[in-house]
Amino acid sequence: MAAFLRMTENAPFLQLRNVSKNYGGVLALDRVTFACDRGAIHAILGENGAGKSTLIKIISGVVQPTQGELLLEGKPVSFSHPMEANAAGVVCVFQELSLLPTLSVAENIGITMPTNMLGMYNRKAQISKAEELLARVGCEDINPRAWVNSLPLSRRQMVEIAKALGKSPRLLILDEATSALTSADVDKVMSILGKLRDDGLALLYISHRMHEIKELADVMSVFRNGQHIETFPKNRHTDDEIVQLMIGRDLGQVFPPKPARPPEAVGAVAKLEVKKLSWQNQLTDISFRLGKGEILGLGGLDGQGQKELLLGLFGVLKDVTGEVRVDGKATKIGSPHKAKNAAHRIALVPEDRKTEGLMLPMGVGTNITIASLDKLRKGLGLDAEKEAKAIDEMVKRLKIKVANVANPVSSLSGGNQQKVVLAKWLMTEPQILMLNDPTRGIDVGTKQELYVLLRTLADAGVSILFYSTDYDELIGCCDRVLILYQGRIARELVGDEITETNIVASALNINTGHAGAGAGAGHTSSAAQAPRAS
Amino acid sequence: MRDWKLRLSQNQGLLLAIGLFLVFYCLYSSMHPRGFTAPLFGQNANESFVLAAASMAQTVPIITGGLDLSVGAVVTIVDCLASHLLHGTGAQIALGIIACLLAGALCGFANGCLVVYGRLQPIIATLASGTIYLGIALFLRPTPGGTVDGDLAFAMTFDVNEFLSFLHIPAKSALGWVGKIPAPLILITLLALVWVYYRRTRYGLGTYAIGASPEAAYMSGVHLKRVKLGAYTLAGFFAGAGGLYLALQTGAGNADIPQAGAYTLNSIAGVVIGGTSLYGGMGGAVGSIFGAMVLRSVAFNFRVFDERSALGFLANPLYQPLFEGLILLTAVCAGAFWVFRLKNRLHIYR
Repeated sequence: MAAFLRMTENAPFLQLRNVSKNYGGVLALDRVTFACDRGAIHAILGENGAGKSTLIKIISGVVQPTQGELLLEGKPVSFSHPMEANAAGVVCVFQELSLLPTLSVAENIGITMPTNMLGMYNRKAQISKAEELLARVGCEDINPRAWVNSLPLSRRQMVEIAKALGKSPRLLILDEATSALTSADVDKVMSILGKLRDDGLALLYISHRMHEIKELADVMSVFRNGQHIETFPKNRHTDDEIVQLMIGRDLGQVFPPKPARPPEAVGAVAKLEVKKLSWQNQLTDISFRLGKGEILGLGGLDGQGQKELLLGLFGVLKDVTGEVRVDGKATKIGSPHKAKNAAHRIALVPEDRKTEGLMLPMGVGTNITIASLDKLRKGLGLDAEKEAKAIDEMVKRLKIKVANVANPVSSLSGGNQQKVVLAKWLMTEPQILMLNDPTRGIDVGTKQELYVLLRTLADAGVSILFYSTDYDELIGCCDRVLILYQGRIARELVGDEITETNIVASALNINTGHAGAGAGAGHTSSAAQAPRAS
Repeated sequence: MRDWKLRLSQNQGLLLAIGLFLVFYCLYSSMHPRGFTAPLFGQNANESFVLAAASMAQTVPIITGGLDLSVGAVVTIVDCLASHLLHGTGAQIALGIIACLLAGALCGFANGCLVVYGRLQPIIATLASGTIYLGIALFLRPTPGGTVDGDLAFAMTFDVNEFLSFLHIPAKSALGWVGKIPAPLILITLLALVWVYYRRTRYGLGTYAIGASPEAAYMSGVHLKRVKLGAYTLAGFFAGAGGLYLALQTGAGNADIPQAGAYTLNSIAGVVIGGTSLYGGMGGAVGSIFGAMVLRSVAFNFRVFDERSALGFLANPLYQPLFEGLILLTAVCAGAFWVFRLKNRLHIYR
């Protein structure tokens, strides 16, 4: 045992030396040097896009580093496939589930088990192995013969963890593995992780739940903009200091000036009023008011219900409960077609422009006019002249760089593609414009054009609901910001309160000494609901 | 008890197919002038085998999320090949059978190569390769004909007693009813056993895994290329078995292009009625056997339907495609109820 300890002291179990990763022109990891030891739980912290996922993907063999080297127990290794990493004892529980939905739990867990001489799996062995592993994670209630797609998300996540344990890992990586779990399951997972640590495993733990990290982690590392900032034992830094480390000192982008009017000026009748909106387990009692000409930001970590909120308002989700009022009139929006009609005039720039925003192989012009064809009708067909003029206007207004509007939209750069999505919705002349992280993956110049455009639209009376994963955008663009946490509004930030510290702290639902943050969902959502008379 | 219910719900497609088959077949045999007899059952099994084998063949690519439009063509090419090979001495015939099955598997392997290494979409790759196979079949057999060993044909398409006497094993009276089991039923059971074995190997599980979620399959260490090659090869083998049987049944080779097309389309119908999802990842070839038999039973009913009864106007064989279509539609609708449970409408398109 002593020899074992000395060995681990000399060479850390896993080391990264000067590891960088480029995706096209984007530097996702920047010369990262990092190490983790056995017998410790190592938490990795960072904002969205700090490089945590890339780090995990490199360690577990999903992607290969552009430069730099990986050392396992002091020896250089390179994993070209997740299976090679697994064989070396490096196992990752991915945030995006790696389970096969139409196969049984036992088959999922046992897919890598050895087969007999005839190449057949032993079903009984598969099932008993599954039972044993499920018992180990405290999920005896899961039937190993059940199909994975018949289980709720939280159970699937536990199956995923059981599957990972079945590979007898020496380094176990949990990437947001607790995000879908119920609190009872989280307790189970935490006690399992404690046991695994005592067994001498190395554990990398990524979570946005600060209280879990504080309870579990022995060591923490902070990443920011693809760089490894600092590694420190727990209790060295306060929450405030950790948040500061995560934010860093970045130069903000250039934003157009906000109007001087008081941000509370929603008015007696809000353009859009939402009361106690709930959907499945993913949205709970969302209430807010959006005024005419206001830019209301939606913030928080990825996947806290922001996307669902926008989809729900756009009529994509079924069985949404609660009340939605447009111009004071209660309404039910059952489909995107209804959302864009004359009574609502709502537009949504969706999250994924390639699948939800654009018809990639079709022409730029067609993509621009597709949502407003009824305005271009002439007899039974379309008014070609009017259509060409409308397209031309949009291309000029948004400065879309395209040689010929008949070219397929897939031939455009990311920024120009996003402009086409915007053009499509601007053609419908929306009163309420919703945007789901519209600047993801586009260049700085286009981003600035977009900021100016949003402010111009707002000044012209359009109400804007703007979800962004980039905190600088929320600070620079928005009159007010709602921070979502686990499907609830955790905090409303107004005017000067919109600071990085406040956004990050309330996104993590921790209290950094500022009044209001993380004071309990019930209290804050009722505060957000309070009427604001002008 | 809970597992018992679970298994029922996991196999509801298969159970629906078995139920439909029983309904239509009982209806048919009750209306048949001689009722349900062993010779009648044997004859029906004989007429169903090729489509059952073709549907099994179609199942494997469909589970991977693909489609095989060359199934009928492989049946036809092997049929034509068999009409050249299945005569002569016992050893020659045995080699001929092996060569026919290998030829089927080879056609399937070629399809797999087009899909895996050519990176072509299965539907277009197999449309092209199927046309090529039909071209070769026409080259092998420009006009219908050829010779197939008569004793073998009789043994394989009749019953166990005949098969044993073909092998010179005297056991006629001792077997009782077992001796009257139709030979095609035994053969399709053998094919089903091949499937059951395959299902339990790494390749079989991989086939489902690819159809269920290629990304998750990759992350779980499934060798996607190898598994796909294996899946198309097995499909070719099943189709080859169908072609071999067709030659035995008809006693000749015939490069019949419309018939090849009909086998391909009916095989897809058989797969769907048998409870396999066209989205991939679920279902199985045993269900497809019953799916094919449902289609056949419907056709049988038209032979015996009483034209003088109240519904006699339905007895017109011209209505057969109409009924087959309606049954296909019913089976597909039963499998599409999940859409009503979706809460996010965007997921309908995924």
